[in-house]
Amino acid sequence: MSGTTADGPGGAERRPARGAVWLPAAVVVLVGTVLVAVTIGPAELAVTEVWRSIATHLGLGDGLGLEPLSRIRDGMVWQLRLPRILTAAAVGAGLALSGVVMQSLTRNPLADPYLLGLSSGASLGAVLVLLLGVPLLLPVAAFGGAVAALAAALGLAGALGAITPTRTVLAGLAISQLCSAAVSFVIFWAVKGDAFREVLSWLMGSVASATWMSVAITGVAVLVLGSALSLTGSVLDAFTFGDTAAAALGIPVNAVRWVLLIGVALLTGTLVSQSGSIGFIGLILPHAVRLLTGARHRLLLPLSALLGASFLVWADTLARTVFEPRELPVGIVTAAVGAPVFALLLWRGRSRA
Amino acid sequence: MTTDEQGTAHLGADAGLEASRVSWGVDGRLILDGVDCTAPPGAVTGLLGPNGSGKSTLLRVIAAVQPAGSGTGEPGVRFGGEDLAALSRRRRARVLALVEQDATTDLPVSVLDAVLLGRIPHRSLLAGDSAADRDVAQQALATAGALELAGRAVATLSGGERQRVHMARALAQRPRLLLLDEPTNHLDIAAQLHAMRVLRSLADDGVTVLAALHDLNLAAATCDHVVLLSGGRVAAAGAVADVLVPEVIEPVYGVRCEVLTHPRTGRPVLTFEPRTA
Repeated sequence: MSGTTADGPGGAERRPARGAVWLPAAVVVLVGTVLVAVTIGPAELAVTEVWRSIATHLGLGDGLGLEPLSRIRDGMVWQLRLPRILTAAAVGAGLALSGVVMQSLTRNPLADPYLLGLSSGASLGAVLVLLLGVPLLLPVAAFGGAVAALAAALGLAGALGAITPTRTVLAGLAISQLCSAAVSFVIFWAVKGDAFREVLSWLMGSVASATWMSVAITGVAVLVLGSALSLTGSVLDAFTFGDTAAAALGIPVNAVRWVLLIGVALLTGTLVSQSGSIGFIGLILPHAVRLLTGARHRLLLPLSALLGASFLVWADTLARTVFEPRELPVGIVTAAVGAPVFALLLWRGRSRA
Repeated sequence: MTTDEQGTAHLGADAGLEASRVSWGVDGRLILDGVDCTAPPGAVTGLLGPNGSGKSTLLRVIAAVQPAGSGTGEPGVRFGGEDLAALSRRRRARVLALVEQDATTDLPVSVLDAVLLGRIPHRSLLAGDSAADRDVAQQALATAGALELAGRAVATLSGGERQRVHMARALAQRPRLLLLDEPTNHLDIAAQLHAMRVLRSLADDGVTVLAALHDLNLAAATCDHVVLLSGGRVAAAGAVADVLVPEVIEPVYGVRCEVLTHPRTGRPVLTFEPRTA
């Protein structure tokens, strides 16, 4: 009992060890998640068959003396499941990471990656293509819509002076509401028959139509922009006690906010163009990870990305299997599974902070 | 508890803080109107004045964290003979630290992590905290009398405890100039005296301390010098016994005031009455 107060420095040294445990564990979970999820689905594929297919495509087949799968079974792994799973992983990682950055920059626990009107902007772009036949590729239109909404929101926030957290949130809200109204109007005016399902599934988010091109686009966005955002841990830490405190620690507050908001928006816009706006991950996952590991961003950023990736892969696996052969939009699953898990974390963490 | 603040620069020939002709306004209203203010090194200088007299704004302008307003003229804020505005942000953050009023967070941050934020200006933004950073943070906690709080979450602290943590965070910056905005606000009397004692021990180690204070008697009992602001201008500045006199206090605060002498310390003790019409 008397020795407890002398342990102060020991408590400080446990910190890096904690990150050293969490990150490798999260990597293992993600790799395991991908390898297991790819074996789950309507056609019973054995784990060995899945790995045979992957090894063959990676050019390891001859070296390991593996017998290639039949074309249909191989296509199931390599053309259907794997692109979908890898896209889900990249989207989950990017959304969780973007959520952390948004919440820290605005010091608002309700902030999410779509804060600057990105999802409604992208939705507007998408419905214009799906319903009014605007001659653009859907992802291009969605990305264009997201960027236009971002520009409008930042323009509005910036026109009011320095982009303070409140101005950012309110400008995003205004643009978001405007785009939502436009989306509703277009749907109300133009939707006929089956188009409604297509629109609805896009609006709720889905990676069902992912291809290797989606993997490339989301993967590159997450690797480039996500890695860059992951390095901003100290900068985001400095915002813990607000803008003035950050400035007093030598952080160029306004410049940092512009650069990071644009970085997050480009990443989110890219992801939304491929998957639609999948909810919940970017809002709740950062809170869940904070409850697990505390609010230091050097660990929070990469860990949120890794866990977000695993989470979305599992959510999407459920979405495509639970009511098989019907598919649920994955956005329904993320919330339906995620909310109870989060409630449990809140309840467990109630004594802390 | 006044462990030697090793690592803090002791500058014999330090000129301290010299702010001259500082003006700052917003929407055409001048909050600061040509303020001249000095704070010598190794002393605790109290920044006094009624609500709205510009104390917080002056501290933030000195710290160069006040959002751009319509400053007029060429204000100069020099410390140790150096122009603070000419320093890079990071270098400035290694010279001076600011303890804000009521800075809080909803995030689940531990006290130690909060104090480690003070090391950000001293290390690469890509690096994590080193063992040396953690040593400095522990020392800062000890100096501020908050060592036993290290493992607690900031959100669970009382007002007095939180103030000690903010002080420790500022000390972890190893500043030569410490600016504090109402560091004793909302604190009980023991915590107020504790805070002032920490400032005194820092000043004894050569740090220049400038603290905005509301309580004139606390300032009279603990400060070496005071600067009295009124309506964005300096009403008086100098030694405590010269400034805290009825002729100065009464017009600035709009009250009647008597000054007694403390029988033991010899310092001024002020009593107030409303001014009768």
